[in-house]
Amino acid sequence: MFLKTPQRLSFFSAISLVIFAFWTAYSSLARAELSLEITTEGLKQIPLAMLPFANERDLTTPVSPIVIADLQRTGLFRQAEVSGVNPIPTETSQLKLAEWRAKQATAVLIGSTSIEQDGKIKIRYVLVDVATEQEKLIEVISVPPSQLRGAAHRIADAVYEKLTGEKGVFSTKISYIVKDGPSYQLRVADADAYNERTILSSKEPIISPKWSPDGSRMAYVTFELKRPLVVVQNLSTGARKVVANFRGNNSAPAWSPDGKRLAVTLSRDGIAQIYTIDAEGLEQPRRLMTTRAIDTEAVFSPDGKSVLFTSDRGGSPQIYKVPVEGGNAQRLTFTGNYNVSPRLSPDGKKLVFIQQNGSAFRVMLQDLDTNQLQNMSDNALDESPSFSPNGRMILYASRANGKGVLALVSADGRVRQKFSTQAGDVYEPAWGPLQ
Amino acid sequence: MNKILLGVLVAAALAACSSAPKKEAAAPITETKVAEVPTAASPTKMPEAQPLVAPMEEASPYPTKGQGGALGERSIYYAFDSYVVNDAGKPVAAAHAGFLGGHAKAKITLQGNCDERGSREYNLALGSRRAEAVKSVMTVSGASAEQIEVVSFGKEKPMMAGHDESSWSKNRRVDIVYQGE
Repeated sequence: MFLKTPQRLSFFSAISLVIFAFWTAYSSLARAELSLEITTEGLKQIPLAMLPFANERDLTTPVSPIVIADLQRTGLFRQAEVSGVNPIPTETSQLKLAEWRAKQATAVLIGSTSIEQDGKIKIRYVLVDVATEQEKLIEVISVPPSQLRGAAHRIADAVYEKLTGEKGVFSTKISYIVKDGPSYQLRVADADAYNERTILSSKEPIISPKWSPDGSRMAYVTFELKRPLVVVQNLSTGARKVVANFRGNNSAPAWSPDGKRLAVTLSRDGIAQIYTIDAEGLEQPRRLMTTRAIDTEAVFSPDGKSVLFTSDRGGSPQIYKVPVEGGNAQRLTFTGNYNVSPRLSPDGKKLVFIQQNGSAFRVMLQDLDTNQLQNMSDNALDESPSFSPNGRMILYASRANGKGVLALVSADGRVRQKFSTQAGDVYEPAWGPLQ
Repeated sequence: MNKILLGVLVAAALAACSSAPKKEAAAPITETKVAEVPTAASPTKMPEAQPLVAPMEEASPYPTKGQGGALGERSIYYAFDSYVVNDAGKPVAAAHAGFLGGHAKAKITLQGNCDERGSREYNLALGSRRAEAVKSVMTVSGASAEQIEVVSFGKEKPMMAGHDESSWSKNRRVDIVYQGE
């Protein structure tokens, strides 16, 4: 099944490569991938030969297509020409490395699967360096058939980490809100959009879902009681706790890095101000600053020492930083009249946010050492950007073809994707942690 | 249901730990590990939550609907990123404040709204600020603060679904809603 062609030409002046991804009949993708665009000029892609795994056609879920799709979606790898390789090699000794050298592949991934006596699937894979002929990775994994996708993602993570030095995020999850007619749903899916499940269904809006740092809980804002409250939900039991239900608005939850506290925005004193509370909602909230402005969208820095937030104390919404104990806030954004929704990269060095430029609201990236700004999208109505847990990708909400869609852009701006749901609008994405 | 599932997962994990890794038939592999995927590490089951239930509200007296004049208006409109009650909005606020002043049992909720552009959380705060601005006008015009609740829906409940200024301008508003009507 082919993807819809992107409606517009790429705006890159450099050469860009548009890739159409496929999915086969047995996939139950929760979302439709609209486009994947990779700017290849100046991009050093790693040429890799990823071969099918022997015997995997016997399985309900072949493994290598998932590994290959995971790695290709990052835009960092170029698949060498692998069709027609017969028989499929499963041992390093079977590889004709001279041929792979000729095809410019720097590494070859091979593997095999077998079904054990107890019904579990044994997967063995090897990553071979073509130049040195060394085995960079060998592993054997044994899983029940229901966990084949998870095993494939683990293999993709291992290959990714071995070849790039970065942690892979293929085994992580994402959450997002879907509005379909009158119904709002908070959903969780694998990072590749499989295994989607609904964790909250409501006739009233839900916003601001935030994963706890250990991935066990989700904080979010619900309007079920006709006014915004902050709830923490345990993901494995479904049990919920209302942690902020004060007069006025209760919103904008953000987890401290140790998962014990939440920053929240409360308007109990007449205007939106930032407080911190314990994650069980038992203590009195501690107000962070006292201003007569809107202070909201607090996020903790990865070291837990500062809070970044949006405030219009200067007359228009801008992004500021304050020590977690409170005190003097330092302004971080100085371009334009509307800078909101701050999020920091996992290493704390980059700030992603939304900036209004003319009539467009776009994702911007700011290097906090140099203060250099980079425009990350050319869309009209972007919202809620956040980083993947390895800092390589930025996930955000946008609009395309008249619907709310999700979008990804790599932190260097070269790889861009858009996703849509089959029906309705999707928005407020949040990337779950490494586990 | 969850307890049974947990039991199955624990049993599967224990069974997995007890089976011995298969021996390789070929020459020994120096770097092989046999990895068992922990079945309980990441939850495969994520149950849906039960809905919260709102308490019942008692009805309050309210102005007859459909009447003309400022008291017949139930909405006040705003410029982009502004919470200032303008000249068109002030008489509406004052008229309802007068009604509240004359009916001690009357209670209203001021619902603040925004257009679809920009951050949801900033818009939630802006909607609240708009509603608080109307409340301020009302409390100096005869209403008492106890009669007025403020809530914001931010940009979550737009009245108009279009993506242009004609829809946006109608969505930037505070609605005056009498309790229980």
